[in-house]
Amino acid sequence: MDPFQIQKPPTQFDVAIVGSGAGGGMAAYTLAKAGAKVVLLEAGGYYDPADPKYITQLKWPWESPRRGAGTTRAFGDFDAAWGGWDIEGEPYTTAKGTEFHWFRSRMLGGRTNHWGRISLRFGPDDFRRKSMTGVGQDWPIGYDDLKPFYDRVDRLIGVFGSVENFPNEPDGIFLPAPKPRLHELMIRKGARSIGIPVIPSRLSMLTKPINDERGSCFYCAQCGRGCQAYADFSSSSVLVKPAMKTGNVTLINGAMVREVITDPATGLCTGVSYVDTQTLQEVTIKAKSVVLAASAGETARLLLNSKSSRFPTGLANSSGVVGKYINDSTGASRSAFVPALMDRKRYNEDGVGGMHVFTPWWLDNKKLDFPRGYHIEYWGGMGMPAYGFGWGVEALNGMIAARDGSKKPGGGYGAGLKDDYRRFYGAYVGMAGRGEPVPLESNYCEIDPNVVDKYGIPVLRFNYKWSDYEVKQAKHMQDTFEEIIHSMGGIALGEKPGADNSYGLEAPGKIIHEVGTSRMGNDPKTSALNKFQQAHDVKNLFVVDAAAFPSQGDKNVTWTILASSMRTSEYLIDQVKKKNI
Amino acid sequence: MKRRDSLKALSLTGFGLAVGPTEAAVPAPPDVKPLKIPGGRQKFEAERDAKLMAEKFFTPHELQTVTVLSDIIIPADERSGSASQAGVPAFIEFMMKDQPRNQTPMRGGIRWLDNTCTKRYGKQFVQCTKAQQIDMVEQIAYPALAKPDMTQGASFFTLMRNLTASGFFTSQIGIKDLGYVGNTPNQWNGVPDDVLKQYGLAYEERELNPGK
Ligand SMILES: Cc1cc2nc3c(=O)[nH]c(=O)nc-3n(C[C@H](O)[C@H](O)[C@H](O)COP(=O)(O)OP(=O)(O)OC[C@H]3O[C@@H](n4cnc5c(N)ncnc54)[C@H](O)[C@@H]3O)c2cc1C
Ligand code: SF4
Repeated sequence: MDPFQIQKPPTQFDVAIVGSGAGGGMAAYTLAKAGAKVVLLEAGGYYDPADPKYITQLKWPWESPRRGAGTTRAFGDFDAAWGGWDIEGEPYTTAKGTEFHWFRSRMLGGRTNHWGRISLRFGPDDFRRKSMTGVGQDWPIGYDDLKPFYDRVDRLIGVFGSVENFPNEPDGIFLPAPKPRLHELMIRKGARSIGIPVIPSRLSMLTKPINDERGSCFYCAQCGRGCQAYADFSSSSVLVKPAMKTGNVTLINGAMVREVITDPATGLCTGVSYVDTQTLQEVTIKAKSVVLAASAGETARLLLNSKSSRFPTGLANSSGVVGKYINDSTGASRSAFVPALMDRKRYNEDGVGGMHVFTPWWLDNKKLDFPRGYHIEYWGGMGMPAYGFGWGVEALNGMIAARDGSKKPGGGYGAGLKDDYRRFYGAYVGMAGRGEPVPLESNYCEIDPNVVDKYGIPVLRFNYKWSDYEVKQAKHMQDTFEEIIHSMGGIALGEKPGADNSYGLEAPGKIIHEVGTSRMGNDPKTSALNKFQQAHDVKNLFVVDAAAFPSQGDKNVTWTILASSMRTSEYLIDQVKKKNI
Repeated sequence: MKRRDSLKALSLTGFGLAVGPTEAAVPAPPDVKPLKIPGGRQKFEAERDAKLMAEKFFTPHELQTVTVLSDIIIPADERSGSASQAGVPAFIEFMMKDQPRNQTPMRGGIRWLDNTCTKRYGKQFVQCTKAQQIDMVEQIAYPALAKPDMTQGASFFTLMRNLTASGFFTSQIGIKDLGYVGNTPNQWNGVPDDVLKQYGLAYEERELNPGK
């Protein structure tokens, strides 16, 4: 067989969707339910968290020879991600003097198989930050445009939380939230005493069953491993599988899309071409519309690589904005030891796979020296030990008296040390800020002129630097963390990060919320997509991942990807019905 | 498609002359037994694990040193067994191969320890008496107090301590010792009442009566 033969299946689909993560899964679900014939192209393999072939849930650390260390999987040996910061044969580069880290998952469901399930709506202000502060970009839509879709996503997928009536943290249609764990009650008490709100978290796990296809949570704290009961949200289990049951979806795994194909005469897209990752054959798929959901970075890469004489700068890019304004959440963190939690009574406090409480943004940026807010996530408690357990005890046990009141220098060995580990178990807490950056034109990704991946597809080169806005925000985070730690009687661990290391501000990309690479807007000169996430230049081309988002709010983005993908998919159906495309 | 077939295919597509010698130079792949991929592993991971398991890093002397040290760090007591009883040396052996950046600090650290013991007691560490071993460990077990000629040893001992603790408390023996009782289906109904009382904490009304 000739590996370079171009295969052209005769079928024409109504819609070709590239990528099966949050955006692609929702598009496949919405379109297939409406009767469209959909082909879903996913670069990674098939995945089902309930198939013993893939199950890692409820395994013990000793079932991994590295005890769960992250040698081949960034978030540990049992994590459900296939992929990570580096994928063999699929490089990306960064421009000199800049930094960007890109987390990719190559599997059905993409990064939703192992995400944190923090499922926040954007608030009304998150759509109009430029009007409010003069920097950044407003969205062409507002909260009211997305609210009905958020509501439907809540009902379809399930999210727990509590009604709080905060102005910029819209409440959803919530399942009951799990009660806080002990350290979370202590954090809440401490933080509230200094005026910082702590409320039940909002995560997409089923604390109550919502249908017959999915079970309810049995509190194993391991959503990152994928749930056999389908009690947490992942696009693969919750959207793609039901979409396939309609009989309208052709799923092709191992399909690495190379470019979107357009008709030079009409300028409309006619389908996509992909590389079969197993056979390395080139395949062309015909479709009446194309929906990109390959994740913000990959979608920009696809558009920029889909050059033709009619679209010399890439597809949907007459404005030149594709790749620009890429922005990731800011992140900084601190951990602490809480002496009051030493020698704790043991009981099972696994809970759900994530925090039970969090702090939404609570201050007014007008009174601060940085223009955007952040929320705080918390961790701690008596979790399942894994690789890294006990690491660094020498920095701590010198400060803590033994059971008999005696003190010894940090480090040590023997029976006393062994007892220290027991006594300290479950007495650590940590907190991390996740903040909104200001999207800047000077932060962008582009096609690297010199580098291709193993399929011969030109790769992305990132140019990203934080500005002073983000550094000042990180400084504020660090001050806040110390206040919270002290308010609960904790000992902050390690040196307080200072100006010399940008207050512990994580490098761009590290928080894995990259958005903005083909932003929507009303003006085709400054945006790639219109307010329905339809390309200004190509009316049968849509983007349903976070590439479309002009900004990211101080919320994690995925719930908004889901809501806007549903909205765009329904718009597409409507446009087809009206014979506009 | 086997490598040979794909090369043939290449020649058909007109890459011409170069193919002949290249093909001859590529040995046929050895017949390897198909690897069984354990549940939850990707193929490349299963292959990598199998390869690492088949390799050896520590010499018998090094492994013995690691075993003695790990049991000094975590000895058996009334509650549980020792590091070596929990399989810590084998875990450390695996981690050396899994994360090779640890190899030089570990191998060199053992060498440093043996050299220093030879100078102090005329014998390598494992040949020393128990009292000499403890005397040596005392010099390197407290990093902030280590004398200038002992600081490299203190770094090595810190690495050993960390690996030993990680290995022990992630073993079946260690997890039982620690009293971790999760990783099993259950219902989370909040912190037990006696614990709430102990810490002077309480749930809010809406948490006790959700939906009200
Ligand atoms: C550890 C972790 C924790 C996270 N926690 C949270 C959280 O708590 N809350 C939150 O809101 N967000 C969180 N995120 C982010 C969240 O996972 C992403 O926002 C979300 O998955 C993005 O969805 P997407 O559809 O844009 O892309 P993805 O989920 O990345 O899916 C894209 C899919 O497209 C496929 N693909 C890419 N290129 C091609 C191509 N050329 N051809 C074919 N297929 C292609 C990929 O294989 C992948 O399956 C987290 C992410 C990680 C990694
Ligand atoms: S915590 Fe609940 S939802 Fe998450 S994996 Fe465990 S059982 Fe499933």
